[in-house]
Amino acid sequence: MTDLRPDPDELLARVEREENQRRRGRLKIFFGAAAGVGKTYGMLLVAQAKRAEGVDVVVGLVETHDRQETIAVLQGLEVLPPKLVKHRGTVQREFDLEGTLKRRPTLVLVDELAHSNAVGCRHSKRWQDVEELLNAGIDVYSTLNVQHLESLNDDVNLVTGVQVKETVPDTVFELADEVELIDLPPDELLLRLKEGKVYVPQQAERAMRSFFRKGNLIALRELSLRFTADRVDAQMQDYREIHAIHDVWPVGDRLLVCIGPNSGAERLVRAAKRFSTSLHAHWLVAYVETPELQRFPAERRDEVLRVLRFAEQLGAETVTLSGSDMSKEILSLAKSRNVTKIMLGKPGRRGWKRWVLGSVVDKLIAEAHNINVYLLGSPRGEGILEQKRPKQMPEPKVRRLGYPWERVKRHWLSWGWALVMTSGTTLLAWLMSGKFESANLIMVYLLGVVFMAARVGREASILTSILSVAAFDFLFVTPIYTFAVADAQYLVTFFIMLLVGLIISHLTSNVRFQAKIASHRERRANVLYALSKDLATGRNLADISKIAVRHIHEEFGGTSVLLFPVDDSRLVYPQEPAIAESLHAADLGVAQWVFDHTRIAGQGTDTLPGASAVYFPLSGFRGVIGVLALRAANLRRVFLPEQRRLLDTFLSQIAQAIERVHFAEEVQQTQLRMESETLRNSLLSAISHDLRTPLSVIVGAASTLVEEDAHLNAPDRQELSLTIYDEALRMSNLANNILDMARLEGGQASLNLQWYPLDEIIGGALTRMHKRLQGRIVNTRLPDGLCWVRLDAVLIEQVLINLLDNACKYTPGGSPIDIIAELSTHILKVTVADRGSGIPAGSEEKLFDKFYQVHREGKQSGVGLGLAICKAIVIAHGGVIGVGNRHGGGAQFFFILPVDEASPQLVDELEDE
Amino acid sequence: MNNTNPVIVVIEDDSQICRFLRTSLRAQGFQVIEAGTGERGLLEIGRRKPELVILDLGLPGMDGIAVIHKVREWSAVPIIVLSARSQENNKVNALDAGADDYLTKPFSIGELLARIRVSLRHAARLAGDSTETLFCVGDLQVDLSRRCVFIGEQEIHLTPIEYRLLTVLIHHAGKVLTHRQLLLHVWGPAYIEHAHYVRIYMGQLRRKLEADPAQPHYLLTEAGIGYRLAFRE
Repeated sequence: MTDLRPDPDELLARVEREENQRRRGRLKIFFGAAAGVGKTYGMLLVAQAKRAEGVDVVVGLVETHDRQETIAVLQGLEVLPPKLVKHRGTVQREFDLEGTLKRRPTLVLVDELAHSNAVGCRHSKRWQDVEELLNAGIDVYSTLNVQHLESLNDDVNLVTGVQVKETVPDTVFELADEVELIDLPPDELLLRLKEGKVYVPQQAERAMRSFFRKGNLIALRELSLRFTADRVDAQMQDYREIHAIHDVWPVGDRLLVCIGPNSGAERLVRAAKRFSTSLHAHWLVAYVETPELQRFPAERRDEVLRVLRFAEQLGAETVTLSGSDMSKEILSLAKSRNVTKIMLGKPGRRGWKRWVLGSVVDKLIAEAHNINVYLLGSPRGEGILEQKRPKQMPEPKVRRLGYPWERVKRHWLSWGWALVMTSGTTLLAWLMSGKFESANLIMVYLLGVVFMAARVGREASILTSILSVAAFDFLFVTPIYTFAVADAQYLVTFFIMLLVGLIISHLTSNVRFQAKIASHRERRANVLYALSKDLATGRNLADISKIAVRHIHEEFGGTSVLLFPVDDSRLVYPQEPAIAESLHAADLGVAQWVFDHTRIAGQGTDTLPGASAVYFPLSGFRGVIGVLALRAANLRRVFLPEQRRLLDTFLSQIAQAIERVHFAEEVQQTQLRMESETLRNSLLSAISHDLRTPLSVIVGAASTLVEEDAHLNAPDRQELSLTIYDEALRMSNLANNILDMARLEGGQASLNLQWYPLDEIIGGALTRMHKRLQGRIVNTRLPDGLCWVRLDAVLIEQVLINLLDNACKYTPGGSPIDIIAELSTHILKVTVADRGSGIPAGSEEKLFDKFYQVHREGKQSGVGLGLAICKAIVIAHGGVIGVGNRHGGGAQFFFILPVDEASPQLVDELEDE
Repeated sequence: MNNTNPVIVVIEDDSQICRFLRTSLRAQGFQVIEAGTGERGLLEIGRRKPELVILDLGLPGMDGIAVIHKVREWSAVPIIVLSARSQENNKVNALDAGADDYLTKPFSIGELLARIRVSLRHAARLAGDSTETLFCVGDLQVDLSRRCVFIGEQEIHLTPIEYRLLTVLIHHAGKVLTHRQLLLHVWGPAYIEHAHYVRIYMGQLRRKLEADPAQPHYLLTEAGIGYRLAFRE
C-alpha cells in the first residue's frame, strides 16, 4: 500500500527550510574539479552581470593569483578592503567579516570556501564566515574544489596521495541554494597550466609533477561530476517528495555509527556521511565509553571528542553512552531511536582472540534482528591513517606538564607493589614447602594475585601473575634455583597458573571499574540533585545566577558568569554584586555572538578559539535566554564527554530554573495588572457615587442659603448649614480613607514601631471617637496590669477607630460595643464586638476587600475602605484580621498582632519610690 | 473695629481658608492680619506685635517650621499650627520648635476657638505672675502649694516623678505636650530619647487618676505626638 499524501513532518521541515531561506541569504557555489578550471573567473562574470542588473554586489575577497583574465573581469566591481592579520611576523590578508556585515551588500563574493582563517579571526574557517553572512541575510557567491569536500577527503587522498587539510562540511555544500559546476577537460586545464595562466611558471612546474597529473585530474573531474549529479538527483527527489511521489524510497532510514578511540574513527565518520547522504538518512554517531576504554590515556579520549564534534559538523547527531557492555548499549540506543542500519569499523580482535573473547560486531550481528549491520573495510595496513596526526584541541598547559610524571610514578608504584606481593607470597610458600603439596603453594600465589587485582589494579596483578610463575618455577620446581624444568607437566601448571592469574586480574579489575563507574554515576546524580535542589530555592535571577555559578565552580572548577540580555537582544554584564566564583572579564562580544547564533564558542572550540573563556548558550523552551561564560581551570574537566554531558544537563537545569522564575514573575505581574485594573474600576465607581452624593447635597444646601436667604427662617438656615457641615465631614472622611489606603498600598507608610501600654492606644481611639460614640455603652476588658505592645500607635489607633466607626455605622444607636484585649506569650488579640445584625455568612473575607460594602445602596455611606485599611495595617504589623458572628447576636471583628519581644524595662537610675 | 481687640496674624497661602478664618475670627472679635508667605508673616508679627499667630505648615517658600524658629528667637507669642493629616512628624517638629498647639485640617471653627482661648490664657498666665495654686478639672483637684492630689474627696498618693509629670501637664493644661517636651521637663535633657518612660509613668498616673484607664477623661493621648491634660473652660 502506498500512502500518497506527503509526509507531514517532511512538509513541515520543508516549510521551515523555506522560511529560513526567506530570511537567510542565498549561497551559490562555483564548484570545480581542481584549481585553475575558472571558478573565480566564472563567479566574477556572473557578478558583473548582476551588477549590470543593478544588484548591490561587492567583492569580499577574491584570489586573483595574478591571472590576467581574472583581474580583467574584476574591473568595475566594488572590492572591500581585506582584514590584515599579523601572524608570526607575516601579515595575512583575510576576509573582513565585520566590515562586510557593516557594509551590508545584497551580494558578496567570497572566494575559496575551504580556506582556514588566520588566528585572530572570528571563526577558524571561512565557511563559518559565509554561514554568518547567510544568517545575516546577505547572498554569497563562493568557490570550492571537489577535494575540499569533507566526505571526499579520503577518496581524494587515495586517488592523489595528497592529504587535503582544508575541508568544508558537506552540509554547507548540501544547503547551498545553487551549485554551478565549472567544468574543464583535463587536457585543456593542463594546457592552461603550461601557458602559465594558472600558476607562475615555477609553481606550475611543481604542480604538474604532483597534484596536476592527468590521471589525478580525470579522477577529480569524475568525482566532481558525480557529486554534482548526486545533488541534481537530490533535487529531483525533493521534487518528488513535494508531489507525493513516494514509491521509490521508503523513508525513515536511520543510520547509527559507532566509533571508538582508534584512528579509524574519523574515516568511519566520513564514510558514514556519504552513506547517509546516499540513503537520505538521518544519522547518529555514538561513542560508548566502557571501562576498558576509560583506561586509555586522556589524549586518545580527547581525540574521540574531536571526532564527535567533527561528525556534528557533518550534520550528524552525536551521542555519548557509558556502560560495560558496548553491544548492549548500542542496541538499546538503536531501538530507542528506531535505527535501521548500524555501521561499524571492522572488528579489532582478529583470529583466535576474536573467537575466544568475542567481538562487539559478532554480538551485534547476533542480537540485532531487524537492523542491518555494515562494516567499513580498512585500507591495507593502518599506516596511511597513522600518518595523519589528529588535530589537537587546545589544551591547558598546566595539567599537561605534571601529567606524564604522575603516570610514571603510578606505574612504578604498582610495579613495586607487585614485587612486594610476590616476595611476600614466595616467603609464605617457602615456609610451607616440604609440609604441603606444591598445588597448595600455587594457591598461595593465586591469592596474592587476587589481592593485587582487588586492591592495586590490573597492571600490578598481571605483573604479579608473571612474577609468581617465575618465582614458583625458580624456587619450587626441580631443578631448584634455575628456570629450567625437569618435568614437562609443570609447563601445563605454569600455563594454567598464568592464565588463571590473568583472568582473575581481568575480572577483578573490571569489577573495580564497574564500582568506580557506579560511584562516579552516583556522584553525578548527587551533584545534579544538589544543583536542582538549590535552584528550586532561587526566587529571582540573581539568586539563580549565584547558585549556578557556585555549583559550576564546584563541579567544573574555574570561574563563570551568567549573562542575560536586556530587551531580549543585547547582553549586558549582571549588576548584582559578584561572588568569589564569578568571572569578571567575560568578552561580551563573544557572548553576544553565542547568544545570536545559539552556538558554543570560545576557548577550545572552532569559533573564536582565542577567547579566554568558553561561552555556552542557555536554551530554554522559548529559545536562547542567556549565555554562560566559563573560564575553566582545566579545559578537560569541561570537554571530556561525560563532563560535557553533565554540563549540558547543568545548563538545561539552570535554563529551566530561570524560565520558571521568569514565568512566575510574569504571572505575578499579570495578576497585579488585573488586580489594579479591577481596583481602578471599583475605585472609579465608588468615588463617583460616594463623592458625588455629599457634593450634590453641599451644593444644593449652600445654593439655597445663598440664593433663597430672604425666604429662610432661622431654624431652616441652621438645618441647611448643619447638612453642609455633615456632608463635608463625610467627604473629608472619604478623602482621608482614600489617602490612607494609597499611602499603605504605595508602601510609603513605614511603621514607626514603639512600645506602648495597650490601654493608651485603646484610650486614644476612644477619645477620638468620643463624639461618635455618644449615647452608647463601651465596655473595655483589658488584661490586668500594664500591658506593653510594640506597634505603630497612629496606625493601630486608626484600626480601632475604623472598627468602632464600622460598629457605629452598622448597629442601631444606643447598642453597646465591647472592646476585649487578650494577651498571651506570643500574641495580642483585640476584639471589637457589637450587638448589631451580624454579618451575612460568606462575606467574611470580602468584607476586607477594597470598596466592598454589605449593602451597596444602603443608607450607610463610605466607600468601603475602612476595613481594607485595617487589613493593610494589621498585615503590615505581621498580624491577621478577621471577623465572625457573636454568641447572642452581633458581629465581632478581631485582629491579632505578634508579640515576640520583651517589653522595655526602666533603667534603675530613675529615682522614684 | 476696635483697636483693643486682640490681633491674630494668619500665615496661610490658601485664599479660601483665609477667607473663612477672617470671617469667623472677626465675628469672634479678633483683628485678623493675613500673610501669604512666611517672610511676609514674620514682617507682620514684628510690626503688629499680635496676641497670637495661626501658621500653616505647608507654605510656599520659607517653610512653617523655619518661621517658628525665627519667631522664637525674639518672641513668645502663642503659635497655633495648621497641618494636613498624617504628618505626625511635622506636627511634632513644629511643637518641639516652639509652637503652642496644632490643628489638623479640616477643622471646625469651634476647635480652633478653643485652642486660641487656651493659648491666650496660657500666655496671659506666663505674663502675669501665676498665683493660681489650685487646679481643677472634673473630679481632679491639685493643690500646687500643698502638693496634694484629690479625686473627689479621696487623696491620691503620687510618687515624685508622677507628681512632677502631673505639674508639667497642669502648667500647660489644654495644650499638647510632645514626648520630648515632657522628658525634658520631667527627667532632664539626658533622657530625651527614652520615650517609653513617659508612657510608663503616664500609664501609672492614669491608673491612679482615671476611673477607667482605657477611657481617660483627664490624661488624653494624642497618638504619635504626645499628651494633653483635659482643660475645663
